[in-house]
Amino acid sequence: MVAAKKTERLLNLVICLLATRRYLTVQQIREAVPGYGSGEGAAEEEAFRRMFERDKEELRDLGIPLETGSNSGWDDEPGYRIAQRDYQLPEIALEPDEAAALGLAARLWQSAPLAGATGSALLKLRAAGIEPPESATGLEPRIGATEPAFESCLAGVVQGQVLRFDYRTAGRPAPESRQVEPWGVVSWHGRWYLVAHDLTRQATRVFRLSRITGPVTPEGMTGAVVIPDGSDLRAMVVESAGDTPTTTARVRVRTGSCWELRRTATATAPDAAGWEVVELPYSDHRRFADRVAGYGADAVVLSPDEARLSVVRRLTALAEETATEKTGIEKVATEKSTAEETA
Amino acid sequence: MSGPLEELPRLLALVPYLLTRPGIAFATAAADFGITEDRLRKDLNLLWVCGLPGHYPGDLIEIDFEGDTITLSDPQGVVRPLRLSVDEALALVVALRTLAETPGLADPEPVLRALAKVEAAAGTAAAPADRVAVALEGEGTVLPVVREALARQKVLRLVYWTAGRDETTERDVDPVRLLVVEGSSYLEGWCRRAEGMRVFHLGRVQELEILDEDAAPPRDAPSRDLSQGLFQPAPGDTVVRLALEPGAAWVADFYPCDAVEELGDGRQVVTLRTSGTAWIRRLALSLGASGRVLEPAWLAQRVREDARSALAGYADR
Repeated sequence: MVAAKKTERLLNLVICLLATRRYLTVQQIREAVPGYGSGEGAAEEEAFRRMFERDKEELRDLGIPLETGSNSGWDDEPGYRIAQRDYQLPEIALEPDEAAALGLAARLWQSAPLAGATGSALLKLRAAGIEPPESATGLEPRIGATEPAFESCLAGVVQGQVLRFDYRTAGRPAPESRQVEPWGVVSWHGRWYLVAHDLTRQATRVFRLSRITGPVTPEGMTGAVVIPDGSDLRAMVVESAGDTPTTTARVRVRTGSCWELRRTATATAPDAAGWEVVELPYSDHRRFADRVAGYGADAVVLSPDEARLSVVRRLTALAEETATEKTGIEKVATEKSTAEETA
Repeated sequence: MSGPLEELPRLLALVPYLLTRPGIAFATAAADFGITEDRLRKDLNLLWVCGLPGHYPGDLIEIDFEGDTITLSDPQGVVRPLRLSVDEALALVVALRTLAETPGLADPEPVLRALAKVEAAAGTAAAPADRVAVALEGEGTVLPVVREALARQKVLRLVYWTAGRDETTERDVDPVRLLVVEGSSYLEGWCRRAEGMRVFHLGRVQELEILDEDAAPPRDAPSRDLSQGLFQPAPGDTVVRLALEPGAAWVADFYPCDAVEELGDGRQVVTLRTSGTAWIRRLALSLGASGRVLEPAWLAQRVREDARSALAGYADR
């Protein structure tokens, strides 16, 4: 089998280069490692050189630290070796509870490429003598990455390489091309985000990976992206979602209902029979209105007016579809909403 | 895929793995490497023709088979596994950090010790892990209790809020699994009240206690396959079509849709399937003018009625 022959040749090459202290020239390698052929014609020599180039690439792709150098100043032909010090995983020993933690952590990633990387990392740790135990039964934390752009964005972040992609923005009719310096990827509320410096807009931006359409193309040199010191990626994503409350609303809620709203309440006071009034902090009155309107007749915003009118506007739009008459409040709401849209 | 890029790392790990475990059983080694025993035999056949230049008997990797066991001697310099790659270090380091930072998911102290050791062993390969972060919704008070109930296999009594119906109920649950899916934590278990397997969002547990009663979920109770996400359509589901204005485009990101039709200018029509329609009514109410139920007609009518009765609450000022 060709593949098995190639694996055998590569393994012999690694063993040979690990064993040598001196740099070996390509000719010395050809003599020492079986499988490179020994024909002396120019064509055979050329075939060997090409084969060796490919083998070198494959070893480097696997993370094997292939060193290039000369044995002395007057040796003009460079050679190769692998230093054990650079090759070997340092000693690592885990206590049973640490190994259990590792076993649980290893089950987090659900999708490529990190699930595969976890598997090969565990093999290396096992080979270093660690036995990750079966983790506690019934515990299944998972981190998925179903966004098609995840793998290439992660690669761009790790490689420090500029990325180009098309991005769909809410409210814009068509995707727009973006060219960015990727700083990091963050999973928040189960969705992945790319934090990056947008080169066109000259500003830091947070992109939702699910809104990237089509391929993500790396451009330019790897290692070209420099991330400013002290950048808190997670904080940037949270901030971009605008979740820091700035205002407090008073909302009348029916007793025994609206638990998820009540969960964020800073104060609760009794009201007329069957109702309470809760104080709810919010950051954006439109998003706050989205939350409250969902509770229909069980939640009524008392103040401030901006939140109250946002809810009324939502409800009016729905009630109106076949309605023929409007109440005074609905009219006010419609007028206000026009002002709100243009603001 | 099977080729040198997959086989070589396995063989390079296999040598020190066997070296540290003389006399290991074939079956154990194959299971640890996630390969068949036949594949392992082929790997070993390849290993023992490899070795140092010269390739005389004393230069080769030596493997002895005795019954069902393997003993490797003479590793020919491959005494330690290869260092972790950047991807490998990142996968482990970010996963451990996530465990340590999510309240209640694991005892953080051993996690942090394991993390420090993995980071030290990975060296510079661990640096890019700083550029990846995962925030999971932990439940600092609820999660440890659920973990304890699972470990001791005891029944849990929950006071639980059902979002769709906006009601709170008390339920006794035989816990089966603790899940973290799409960033949130859930308990899957046999609900004695509903007499069926249910998934409970831990963010909606108001109170919980461990009962002094052994958990005994029915053996044949079906667990959910979560590889396709938490919400899966069932045969009796209602098919709902929603028209979305550009401002409501997030709906298609957030909920699993059967179909998304682009109408141009950022407007969409999405098709969803759902077992209960209460949450769709809430969704429609919250979307206001940016989302409209197209089908079924009765649901559209219900949303209109909901909106009108809600508006009545605003007429008194």
